[in-house]
Formats: sequence, C-alpha cells, structure tokens
Amino acid sequence: MITLKVNGESHELDVSPEMPLLWALRDRLHLTGTKFGCGKAMCGACTVHIDGQAARSCSIMVGEAAGKTITTIEAVSGKVAEAVTQAWQRLDVVQCGYCQSGQIMSAIVLLTGNKAPTDEDIDLSMEGNICRCGTYVRIRHAIHEAAKSLA
Amino acid sequence: MRISESPLRNNHFSVAFILAVIGIALSSTGAARTAAAPADDQAASLAAWNEIATVLQNPRCLNCHQLDSPLQGDSRRAHIPHVVRGPDNQGVGAMRCGNCHNNMGNNPTSGTPGGLHWQLAPVSMLWQGLSSGDLCRAVKDAKRNGNRDGAALVKHMEDEALVLYGWNPGKGRESVPIPHKKVVEDMKIWVAGGMACPN
Repeated sequence: MITLKVNGESHELDVSPEMPLLWALRDRLHLTGTKFGCGKAMCGACTVHIDGQAARSCSIMVGEAAGKTITTIEAVSGKVAEAVTQAWQRLDVVQCGYCQSGQIMSAIVLLTGNKAPTDEDIDLSMEGNICRCGTYVRIRHAIHEAAKSLA
Repeated sequence: MRISESPLRNNHFSVAFILAVIGIALSSTGAARTAAAPADDQAASLAAWNEIATVLQNPRCLNCHQLDSPLQGDSRRAHIPHVVRGPDNQGVGAMRCGNCHNNMGNNPTSGTPGGLHWQLAPVSMLWQGLSSGDLCRAVKDAKRNGNRDGAALVKHMEDEALVLYGWNPGKGRESVPIPHKKVVEDMKIWVAGGMACPN
C-alpha cells in the first residue's frame, strides 16, 4: 500500500510504486482537473505541486510522491493562487482551456519564488507548458498582472 | 630406521630447495617490477584512461556535463523542453530537474530517465568540447573535480547514483558500452599509474 497525501487528505492506494502519479490522481482519486497531454513530461498539462514544487504527474511516479504534500488544481489556494486565477479570468487567457490547469500550477510556482518575473524569467519557467492554441502572449500578460496585484 | 628416514630428509631438503628457488624467483621478479614500475604503470594508466575517456564522452555522461543546458538522447540534441542550470544546477522556477526526473529511477511509462539528485554537473565539470587529454586533466584536477583525489574518483565511479545510471539508462537510450566493473578496474589502474593523461 502506498500513502498519498493529496489536497490535505491521506489516501491508501494498492498500486505499483512505478505507476505515474497522474494515473492515481485521475483514475483512483477521480481528481480530473489535472489533464493528460503527452504522457512523457513534454507538455505540462499534468502539472501539480509536490512539496510546493511543480511536478509533471505523468512522469513522477507514485513511489516518488509517497508521503509528500501533493496539491492539484482542485485545491490550490493562497494569495498567489488567487492572484493568478483572478488575472487569468480578468484577461480571459483561456482559449480551449485544456492546458490551463497545468499553466496555472506552473505560474503559481514561478510567482511564489519570484515576485517580479521578467519576460525571460516567465519564458524559462513556463517553457514546459505547451499551449496548442498559442495563448502565450496572454499567459505572459496574466503573470505580469498577477505579480503587480501581489506587489 | 636410518634408511627409512633418509627419503624423508631428502623430501625436506627438496621442499626447502624449491621454496628457496621460488622465493628468489619471486623476489627478483618483484625487484624487476619495482625498477620498471613508473614506465610500465604509466603505460597501463594511459591505456586505462583511453577506455575511461570513451565512457565519459558517452552521451549518458556527457549530456549533463554541459555549460547551461543539458543535451538529450543518444543523438545529443538540445533538451526538450528547454531547461537552464539555475543557481543550484537543478533548474529554475517551474522547470527544475526533479519536476520530471524521479530520484527513484527511470519511469518505464513516460520514458523519463531518473536517478538520485538528477542535475547538471557543476560548471567546473564542463566536459563538452574537451579533447581526451584536456578531459583527463580536468578529471584529475581537484579544483575542477569536486576536490576528489584518486581514491575518491574511483569511489565516485564505483557507487555514485548518477554514474551508475549510465549502465541503466532505461528504454530508448543506449547504455555505456563498457561494463561498469571493467571501468572501475580501469579507474584503479589509471590512478595507480599516476593518472596519466594523453598530451
């Protein structure tokens, strides 16, 4: 049995330690806000937080995440999370929306560690989150807006 | 009695004689080896280095001994997605090595390789573009090798998790071509012979 601490609750799962965390989140715990994109850590749609760091849940294995604090889009909270989601809504960032939970989770990690990111900081930090609709300009704008609202 | 003791005495004599001869032979071989040691051991050291260099220049090692961003795969292309070193050699913001690479090892489902404390090698251990001789001098230079002496370098090759990864790269990546045991032996020979480097 593996214990996963997800969104403040502990779950005992009878799964292989090599199972990707995303499988456990979506198929066992039914937390479907985190998306499957490429399945090999190339697109960022599956981004969650593990101990406050971004994590591609398709690639991080259940055994690696066991005992750590896992947060998904359903429960992410706090000042930074609020600033990011509000900026996202205010600027209507989303096009199709499939990548947005991953984008938002990465943006929160970026702004938590860097209160005033430059365009370059944003590019380097958000590089792993692909948006097939091409909303990168809006994403960047929203991150600047969120940073301003947090200042 | 005397007659029956005689062969026994002869046997004692023979054994003693043979041991003495072996002793002389061993000691003279030892003396010869000691006298010729520097040249012989240096040649062996250099030969061992040539093997070691092929390992260190293999993509499994060299891909992460880069300046600012790692390479990826057997073809040594740029890492996708783009990642940068950052202040602790483990990336920046939401693009850190551990975001995708597991400490517990390779992920057989996503294909992402992994190993304990996955990271870019420190800048002092930049190996990209070095000739075998320059690589050799970099590896034995305590200022550039993490302050390791010969014994520590052997140990590093023997049991460092990220070194061992080279022999267990996961599906889709070629393993280091020389067996790990052989490379450790080569390291010992290289160190014992004075860490000889090509010019």
